[in-house]
Amino acid sequence: MAEDMISLIRENVIQGRVTQDDEGFDEGKVGQPGVSELTEKALAQGINPEDIIKRGFSEAMVVVGQKFEIEEYFLPDMLASAEAVGAAMEILEPHLVKSGIKPKGKIIVATVKGDLHDIGKNIVSILLRGAGYTVEDLGNNITPQAIVDAVAKERPQFLGLSALLTSTRIRMRETIELLTESGVRDKVKVIIGGAPISEEFAQSIGADGYGADGFEAVRVMEALSTNVEG
Amino acid sequence: MPRQGILVEPYQRLKLEHVEQIHRASLAILADPGVLCFNRNAADIFGDHGAEVLPMRQGSADCWLLKIPGKIITDAVQAAPKVVKLGARDENNCLILDGQEPRVHFASGSEANNWLDVDVETFISKREPGYEVKFPVFRVQKGTVDRLAKAARMCEHLDSWDSFLRPVNIQDDDITDDNKDVNKFFASLNNTTKHVMSGLTELSQLDNVVKMSRIIAGGEDRFKENPIISFITCVVKSPLQFVDDTTQTAIEIARRNIPLVISSSPQGGSTAPIREEGMVAQINAEILVGVALTQLVNKGTPVLYGSVPVRARMDDLYDSYGVPEFNQYNIDCVQMARYYGLPCYSTGGVSDVKVPGIQASVERLFSHILVTLAGPQYIHYAFGLLERTNTFCPVQAVLDNAHISMVKRFVRQPIVTADRISESLEQVRRVMGTSHKLYIRFVRSALRSGEITPPYPFESKDMVDETLLRAQQQMEEVLLLPPRHIDKVTIDRVFQQVPGLLTRMMNY
Repeated sequence: MAEDMISLIRENVIQGRVTQDDEGFDEGKVGQPGVSELTEKALAQGINPEDIIKRGFSEAMVVVGQKFEIEEYFLPDMLASAEAVGAAMEILEPHLVKSGIKPKGKIIVATVKGDLHDIGKNIVSILLRGAGYTVEDLGNNITPQAIVDAVAKERPQFLGLSALLTSTRIRMRETIELLTESGVRDKVKVIIGGAPISEEFAQSIGADGYGADGFEAVRVMEALSTNVEG
Repeated sequence: MPRQGILVEPYQRLKLEHVEQIHRASLAILADPGVLCFNRNAADIFGDHGAEVLPMRQGSADCWLLKIPGKIITDAVQAAPKVVKLGARDENNCLILDGQEPRVHFASGSEANNWLDVDVETFISKREPGYEVKFPVFRVQKGTVDRLAKAARMCEHLDSWDSFLRPVNIQDDDITDDNKDVNKFFASLNNTTKHVMSGLTELSQLDNVVKMSRIIAGGEDRFKENPIISFITCVVKSPLQFVDDTTQTAIEIARRNIPLVISSSPQGGSTAPIREEGMVAQINAEILVGVALTQLVNKGTPVLYGSVPVRARMDDLYDSYGVPEFNQYNIDCVQMARYYGLPCYSTGGVSDVKVPGIQASVERLFSHILVTLAGPQYIHYAFGLLERTNTFCPVQAVLDNAHISMVKRFVRQPIVTADRISESLEQVRRVMGTSHKLYIRFVRSALRSGEITPPYPFESKDMVDETLLRAQQQMEEVLLLPPRHIDKVTIDRVFQQVPGLLTRMMNY
């Protein structure tokens, strides 16, 4: 019974279905439970949240990653699967705490002041949620002070800053400087990304990591996670 | 099921009143000054139907000035079929060209002497000896039977290439005027199951080519139902002169009721007025008089309105295909053909430059897009032609295939239905309920159905343009695909019954 449910969750993650309203690749999926509904059912059946994550979500995302590597899946497919996992993780979160399972980590993301372009940040957020991180999205056009205030209050392990414009990437430097002035710089790893950003720029402003795209952002987070206490 | 081409909503450059003005001007041209005719039979045919025939002499040649009343022309043109079928060895590859339906098909063309190979070489920077880059270099070769067969194999496997109009002039040492026609038709037919079109080098070879085509099509009756070949004739040399041999060729083909393109290619500024309205009035007159001749010879001969108007360069008076006027002339001609309800054989996709690259892409894309938008039933010259029409480059043909497929996506009809609007509204509603506000999820089914255009197939990711390298790779892959040759028994029959075929052709 539990095995069937985990298998169904896996299948629906691979199909990228968040809810019963979503299409999959196979015909006739609309109306059948998606990953959100299945996760709730699994919990109701008493299935261990850790099993759901490890054998449902993670194994499914490995398959999705493989399909992407061999170009069977496009980026929208990958994101749909990650979105499904992210939505289900929100459902699981309170149960994880109850079960004493340590969350993977929390990240605050924001597009910096002066920049309204948030597609990249949103894609990264979906992928991070899909990878099991808790993501708090401050939105776009966010001042350095508002970002630092959020870091001081929420105490995330990571801060992700995004910019599309060359003229706004300077706000990343200002934000990192303000983190230092506020005494919280050593409490958070700062990862930056966006079209005008490079590894060199990241180093020059004292960021801890740079992701050239959403996938690299996740890899950088995973690498930094080994050095971060949850 | 014929090839579908692409149905367009035609771009109308000329208003109806312009079309009618040009029509009247064309008829006025045919009445006065008329057409200078160097073919006795054609002069007699028009004379028998009421044209004024004035014997003349030009140099050492006898000729006749034909002053043709408009009614002779309009009645004859009216008799021409409005739908022409161009058959194919594989009938799924046949073309139905309906003069009233703007469904566009794409074909190669010309009879280029040169074949341009692309080689890839590695270059080392003089400034930074550690910096290497792969770059294409070009080698001009002469057209041969082997290369013509290669081009036909490419046509077979490239999706946008609807019909094979021989792009290469075969210049092998053992090819003569007397055996050229049978060998070029055989090399083409044996390497593509799509429709094969060509001009005829020697009228004496017409019946051998027809005999071969009938055998391959499965007999005389099958060939009538499924004419796997057709011919192009330039009966009128601009300005307004019936050429003796090509006119006789057109008469003989019409007598055999085989599909025929009546092609005219005046050059604006040298052999036709350079201004649009004058050019189009003249070429229209030249095509109409050719079409009329075929119908007076054999009412109902399937003919295509073959418009190949070009503009002269002002530095050397060569043809120019890259100038905007070329597109204007051609679009106008498409509208004239539609006015008569005749299927239009139009022209697009040629570059003035000698090698593939930026200039080639710019020049040919203008006409690939604009002439397609006009809605001719058949666009020839659309694959691989460079240096005007003197060079055929197979790598360029691969690029053209990809570009035409993009053009076809661009010109396809919009689909606005209540159901699709409802689906869109539902997507908007759902996306506004998410934190990410992205529609990416809804792209997936459209991606799978082919509704969304894939990335440019020759895309370069790094700081070097690798378009030609990638196109060359694709060409090599295409040439490795299995050919669809004629079956052995039929080939043996062809070789037994058709004289002039070279034994080595069996290898092609």
